Amino acid sequence: MTTATFRIWRGDAHGGDFRDYAAEVSEGMVVLDAVHQIQAQQAGDLAVRWNCKAGKCGSCSAEVNGNPRLMCMTRLNQLDLSTPVTIEPMRAFPSIRDLVTDVSWNFRAKKTIRKFRPRPAEADGTWRMAQVDAERVQEFRKCIECFLCQDVCHVLRDHHMFEEFVGPRHMVFTAALEMNPLDKDRRARDLKHAHGIGYCNITKCCTKVCPEGITITDNAIIPLKERVIDQLYDPIAKVFRVLRGGRHV
Amino acid sequence: MPDYETHEHDVLVVGAGGAGLRAAIEASANGVSVGLVCKSLLGKAHTVMAEGGIAAALANVDDRDSWKVHFADTMRGGQYVNNWRMAELHAKEAPDRVRELESWGAVFDRTSDGRILQRNFGGHRYPRLAHVGDRTGLEMIRTLQDHGIHQGIDVHMECTILRLLKDGDRVAGAFGYERERGRFKLFRAKAIVLATGGIGRAYKITSNSWEYTGDGHTLAYDAGADLLDMEFVQFHPTGMVWPPSVRGILVTEGVRGEGGVLKNSEGRRFMFDDIPENYRGQTADNEEEGWRYTQGDKSSRRPPELLTRDHVSRCIMREVKAGRGSPHGGVFLDISWIKARVPNGAEHIKKKLPSMYHQFKQLADLDITEEPMEVGPTTHYVMGGVRVDGDTQMSTVPGLFAAGECAAGINGANRLGGNSLSDLLVFGKRAGEFAAKYAKSQPTGRINPEQVSDTARAALEPFDRGTAGEGPYQVQYALQEVMQDLVGIVRKESEMYRALDQLQELRARSSHVGVGGHREYNPGWHAALDLHNLLTVSEAVTRCAIERKESRGGHFRDDYPEKDKACGTFNLIARKGRDARMEVTREPIPEMPLELKQIIEEMK
Repeated sequence: MTTATFRIWRGDAHGGDFRDYAAEVSEGMVVLDAVHQIQAQQAGDLAVRWNCKAGKCGSCSAEVNGNPRLMCMTRLNQLDLSTPVTIEPMRAFPSIRDLVTDVSWNFRAKKTIRKFRPRPAEADGTWRMAQVDAERVQEFRKCIECFLCQDVCHVLRDHHMFEEFVGPRHMVFTAALEMNPLDKDRRARDLKHAHGIGYCNITKCCTKVCPEGITITDNAIIPLKERVIDQLYDPIAKVFRVLRGGRHV
Repeated sequence: MPDYETHEHDVLVVGAGGAGLRAAIEASANGVSVGLVCKSLLGKAHTVMAEGGIAAALANVDDRDSWKVHFADTMRGGQYVNNWRMAELHAKEAPDRVRELESWGAVFDRTSDGRILQRNFGGHRYPRLAHVGDRTGLEMIRTLQDHGIHQGIDVHMECTILRLLKDGDRVAGAFGYERERGRFKLFRAKAIVLATGGIGRAYKITSNSWEYTGDGHTLAYDAGADLLDMEFVQFHPTGMVWPPSVRGILVTEGVRGEGGVLKNSEGRRFMFDDIPENYRGQTADNEEEGWRYTQGDKSSRRPPELLTRDHVSRCIMREVKAGRGSPHGGVFLDISWIKARVPNGAEHIKKKLPSMYHQFKQLADLDITEEPMEVGPTTHYVMGGVRVDGDTQMSTVPGLFAAGECAAGINGANRLGGNSLSDLLVFGKRAGEFAAKYAKSQPTGRINPEQVSDTARAALEPFDRGTAGEGPYQVQYALQEVMQDLVGIVRKESEMYRALDQLQELRARSSHVGVGGHREYNPGWHAALDLHNLLTVSEAVTRCAIERKESRGGHFRDDYPEKDKACGTFNLIARKGRDARMEVTREPIPEMPLELKQIIEEMK
């Protein structure tokens, strides 16, 4: 049994600092195990959010040695334990306490996206869909809403443009709706105006940190950008719209 | 009077997993105001962990399937102590609930002609589980969440209910606290739906998250409602056993549905050695036939790995006890062997079981396409729960409803895989509908201020004792040891009496627990508040398990290893007696209508 030092950020919205805790390390342990051990033995009030401990619920997001990670899926044998392991909350969101952040903005942002609107069902009341079409959407629906992609997105993290840009998570969400073979709503206008898709300059930081391996930038955001251009910037379509006296977008 | 914030709803739903969300959506659709309390953030509830699928007789893959077969399978799996009315409604309504999910945006895997694909699962005669790879629960909760947020439901996240408030016999509200600031909240409501899930955290080895502390069970019990069938706890046969920190995490039954086999250290497929009489006719008697079944051959019978969970768990325990286990005290589950049978096998496995691949790769450094997994039983589900009316889901307390895992009845002595997600949908909807109806017919109840101040005072006591008191985690760990060791998969009367004594000691210790720090997002405080619930459900499980002197489904008695016909005629009820002690009584199972009896006979 070896011992390692965990340098954990303790504090709240008014500020805080790192504190060192020693924890025993056993085979197969993940960062969340160490946090729980410290919580049970040394710091009962150490705040951490977690649920499934199996990488499925997306609750225990944090920055481990500066990398946005799920604590439950970060094994200690992947880290250098000869120096302290730093654990701090996601920095793009306001602090609540210790490792817990206020992610409520994400829930508000999601509500602004137009909901799923299916085309009419077939005669027997059900729909047909090819597996290959399902799979394209299923990639996006793997999202566990850990918000790590939001945490690293520089538009949110560095520029704090929470009012202007809904972030990669909600681009993925929109992509899942737009590419659902049954959905018949159109979200290009919202993407352009309310949801700020233009702010993404495809640096792919979000894709790199996604614990579900969703190719956020290439498969979700870029196709959505193309949709916006197709639907809102096509010069020939624009001429037709003007001639028909159609609505301006 | 304590300081608290007041919220008023017609219907308050406690719990925001599949059942709670579905209930909230339905109540809201029925035109009443709805509050939804989540113990965690919205969309993180335990439903996300469900892997295999939603059982519904859509008959998309095998047209011989129908609600009748599903009903008969559910009753057989539950060893006939189920609430037959619930099993009937469940089988009849599940297909509509699945199609409804699709109309709300769920994207299921497809058949070659574009319909919802269904897979094999233990105890289901035909491929019946609508699924999305092995992350069906996530798909379900996300669909309900994304639909629900546009229904005008007031969501109270990271909020825990401590007590139900009553006006005479009926419920009038609930009192709890929100984690972020640690402030109290009072909810006035005409009807309350409990959808709080299970009790797995009463055990040391469990697939359940920290939230599963029997909250709804205890809230109902304390409010005077009946708990039913609490002795029936499901130990899922395949949890991870190594490394220690992941012990108990679920390995989906879907692995076996896709052709995975169980082997002991001698390489023997031991499941062939013990096939129960009532399943012999529908179980393969050789490996070849079993394999063909998993690949969709309709003339084949299912492999014994897909027998019911209670049985498979006991067979695994037997192998381990006989010294034929794996190095870390489990047995081997091998899916990699199918590479010899399917083209591009490794890719096929990854595609069918993506999160299992991911889970073992990341947590155990093991590639399931190359090596067998080590697995062993893990506490997974409680069949017992709040006793409800089969049609309306109302408990014995007027205005108090329950749905999903925290309610009892549909599953009897053992739940079939896939029947939980469908249960959440079918009875979540019913609970929401009838809670709304009830709320419309009732005036707002009166809140008794004494109940409120008592609850608040008791909740704050751990702070008075501070860090001088015993830590809450130590009591929780001790309780988990007691239940794991003495009221686990194999039970004995003497051990269970010992468990009762120890639970009593732990009850005393829990009243001396102290926590440091302040009320804002304090997990130690929360752990202290959970103890009452864990102790209550543990006592109920133990007392009922002592009373049921036979072995049936999830309940196995070493001292009564056989099923007793006479015990198949009653359910057990745990209720708070007049002197506040727990009373256990027998309740005869009502006579099943003739047409349902005939269905069971026909399907034998």
